[in-house]
Amino acid sequence: MATLAANTPEAAADAAPDAVVVRFAGDSGDGMQLTGGQFTLSTALAGNDLATFPDFPAEIRAPQGTLFGVSAFQINFGSREINTAGDAPDVLVAMNPAALKVNLPSLKPGGLVIIDTGEFSKRNLDKAKYDVSPLDDGSLAKWDVLAFDISALTIEAVKPYGLGNKDALRSKNMWTLGLALWMFDRPRGPIEDWLKAKFKSKPDIADANIAALNAGHAYGETAELSGPLKQLHIQPVESAPGLYRTITGAEAISLGLVAGAQLAELPLFFGGYPITPASAILHHLARLKEFGVTTFQAEDEIAAICAAIGASYAGQLGVTSSSGPGIALKTEAMGLAIMTELPLVIVNSQRGGPSTGLPTKTEQSDLYQAVYGRNGDAPMPVVSCSSPGDAFECAIEACRIAVKYMTPVMLLTDGYIANAAEPWMVPDPASYTPFPAKFLAEKNAGDTLLPYKRDTKGARPWIKPGTPGLMHRIGGIEKQVDTGHIDYAPDNHQAMTDARVNKVMGVDVPDQEVSLGDTSGKLVVVGWGSTFGPIRRAVDNSRRKGLDVSHVHVRHIWPLPKNLGALLHSYDNVLVPEMNTGQFKTVLRDQFLVDATPLTKTSGQPFAIAELEAAIGKYFDNVEGNEGGEVAVNDTQLPSPEAEI
Amino acid sequence: MNEMTKIETTLKDWETDQEVRWCPGCGDYAILKAVQRTLPQLGADPSNTVFISGIGCSSRFPYYMETYGFHTIHGRAPAVATGVKLANPDLDIWLVTGDGDGLSIGGNHMMHVLRRNVNMQIMLFNNEIYGLTKGQSSPTSRIGTKSPSTPIGSYDRPANPCAFALGSGARFVARGFDISKKLPEVLVAAHAHQGAAFIEIFQNCIVYNKDVFEAFAVPKGAGDHQLWLEHGEPMLFGDAKTGMDKGIALDVDALELKVVDVADGDWEAAGVLVHDQTNRTIVHMLVEMPFGPFPMALGVLYDDPQPTFESAVIEERAKSAAGKEANLAKLLAKGQTWTVEATEGHPA
Repeated sequence: MATLAANTPEAAADAAPDAVVVRFAGDSGDGMQLTGGQFTLSTALAGNDLATFPDFPAEIRAPQGTLFGVSAFQINFGSREINTAGDAPDVLVAMNPAALKVNLPSLKPGGLVIIDTGEFSKRNLDKAKYDVSPLDDGSLAKWDVLAFDISALTIEAVKPYGLGNKDALRSKNMWTLGLALWMFDRPRGPIEDWLKAKFKSKPDIADANIAALNAGHAYGETAELSGPLKQLHIQPVESAPGLYRTITGAEAISLGLVAGAQLAELPLFFGGYPITPASAILHHLARLKEFGVTTFQAEDEIAAICAAIGASYAGQLGVTSSSGPGIALKTEAMGLAIMTELPLVIVNSQRGGPSTGLPTKTEQSDLYQAVYGRNGDAPMPVVSCSSPGDAFECAIEACRIAVKYMTPVMLLTDGYIANAAEPWMVPDPASYTPFPAKFLAEKNAGDTLLPYKRDTKGARPWIKPGTPGLMHRIGGIEKQVDTGHIDYAPDNHQAMTDARVNKVMGVDVPDQEVSLGDTSGKLVVVGWGSTFGPIRRAVDNSRRKGLDVSHVHVRHIWPLPKNLGALLHSYDNVLVPEMNTGQFKTVLRDQFLVDATPLTKTSGQPFAIAELEAAIGKYFDNVEGNEGGEVAVNDTQLPSPEAEI
Repeated sequence: MNEMTKIETTLKDWETDQEVRWCPGCGDYAILKAVQRTLPQLGADPSNTVFISGIGCSSRFPYYMETYGFHTIHGRAPAVATGVKLANPDLDIWLVTGDGDGLSIGGNHMMHVLRRNVNMQIMLFNNEIYGLTKGQSSPTSRIGTKSPSTPIGSYDRPANPCAFALGSGARFVARGFDISKKLPEVLVAAHAHQGAAFIEIFQNCIVYNKDVFEAFAVPKGAGDHQLWLEHGEPMLFGDAKTGMDKGIALDVDALELKVVDVADGDWEAAGVLVHDQTNRTIVHMLVEMPFGPFPMALGVLYDDPQPTFESAVIEERAKSAAGKEANLAKLLAKGQTWTVEATEGHPA
């Protein structure tokens, strides 16, 4: 999403495509995520815009060959702006029968499927619940099929390196990658460099993998002569000038937190506990100690946030991170941070719920939890990021609000953003305005210390223990106005509740802008979080069809931008697509008395552009297939494009 | 504790202007005074001292100490304190908790603060009951304790705080009781220990669990029931009249402790053990001694320092950062990058 403007509709299927969707699918042990990651890198280096969608099972090594053990990586890349990982693949690489069965239904009619016949044994067909091999029964007739024994070709290619069959087959993903690189005319150099670095201590393995890569590439050249395989050259996208790299959401959040702490002139303390898909942030930060980062892997989610609160109390920028179930455990401690008015950033990498739910699938269903999910009147700012690159900005914004207003802030991301990669224009840290933290150095009311005396923003002073003469006590019991002493008096609790609410509602949230379209009209599609890509593309496509529809994407979930109510009321209809059962819709209705219509989906898969376009089309009577004019969008769940699996 | 400049203070300097809200006669008052008496002896600096507590009667403690104080949430004080210590290792941290806060809802955090060996003093006030919630049985209540939640007597087996601490890997374990004159000595030793120092303090809840420690924690007949341990000294006890005429010896065949009589002060002949505060095996036996047949082991039971958690964190941070430059611009541009040149249509 680094391009300057969208030029054409997503994944147009003309002769010289400006975008292609490729899905690599195999067993979870086949290294498909690695293949996808390296293909992404080569795509970025080729100057294409791109978006990816890694989709893998929760099991580390699910039983081999099974349907639930299939791991897939989808990439959409092109010579124009790319907003999503693409609805349906043009090319599917299926490394075994299970991968074929799970992924084939989403392949575009006429698309190309590349199949490793070496894995189509009776046993593997049984595991994939195929009675008859799909290679033999004509069921693949509506696609271009390139079926050959990749396994055998890989074994042959790496023979000189003396590996056993089992080890040799591990290079199968590199063979496949080599073929994919040939298909899209990509250089192999960066992958070779990466393999050499990765297997530095095992040069034989590096060489074997490179041999497999080269063999796959060479196969492409040969196959082109006789089969359905054609080499495609996707032109570089026209991007804003600058330095680029690829980035995932987890990396961007980690970097944003480091940047935020620097802008606040504070050391960063990160308390975490392993949980999917949030752990990657802990892993990234653990390697950034030179930036004054302390990472603490706590005994549980509660200890992780409590240690972060302790660090903030002692004068560092405390951060904790988790996913829904872990956030639930941290809830009481969030109340403590609200009561003691200490800065804290809580990152929630949302996943499907409730309970353990869908650990590796994405959902936006923790919005209520973020905005409302605490005991007592416990207001807390909530910021949500809409893409991997945006996660960097949002992490800085969360740090800024936390330090400026002495408050915990929740940063919402999700499993999709955390794992997805996109090209990112490397920002200049000097272009951000610093927000240095201030600590109280002496008594703030003559001879008296008032730990809860508020400034004009409603924030109390930050007082580090160890400061001479400023001893005081804080805690979770209701505080007396100004003094912070224990006080249960009715008037005092009223005053302190009001003070906490007013402080948070007064956070300086920028006015809401229209992401695409006009400031009024027939329909606005309101989104938040990782639905940005599909909504943007669907609205753009619809506008090209002449429909009066605009896109508003909200970053500040709490408090909401002050102009948002008036803005939404300026459209005739408000449609709110969400990967939950309608949570933001409820907040909008509540805050603005706006007739927001939900469009919900909880299949663990992101919205497809086509789904959104269809929903938008129902508001207009000149849309094909939309008989009888305006049709209310239904409240029911949209099916997943892969629901038939 | 930490190396620090000694400050001259008096007991009064450590009192706040807040009204103390414990029940009249509560053992907490005696502990509060013992602590306020100890800190001037240590030369401690109120500005550099932090009391951190969880929830419960004991956890109101910070409000009455003229220091930095953080009254956190139920059971979580060890986790908060760990964050405070890692953020500023120079602070002198005292953790105040109870049997419910520290061993029930916060048992997990207690285990980990001890095994990590975060440098702080941990005072666990054990009154074998939930006081602030009006008298339910706690994880240290003896079997048969009648309470609102166990009207005909509790039936779950109690935890032994010092055994828990040792099992969690604590490097300092001590015992005292609220009205004991020797409590400040124990606190001084805990403060001198570099690392997590666990102190179980028997505390009399006069409302909900009155006098459960009466058998040993009263001046009368104390000698018969209190075994005060001192490093390098024989494990002797006895009442004031007859003198120290009993001792603790090791039954080598059964591999357990036994009480022996000491004639004419010849404890060596009686095989009485000399307390070695670094002998983990014997300390395990001492904390498990059933009271009744045996006296209550008190004082510094175990003191064998190991490197602290915060020193390990600092070391790891230095090692990890060694030779690396903290340049954010370079970090952001790390990995494989490409440059899009300015064109006529898209100037830089």
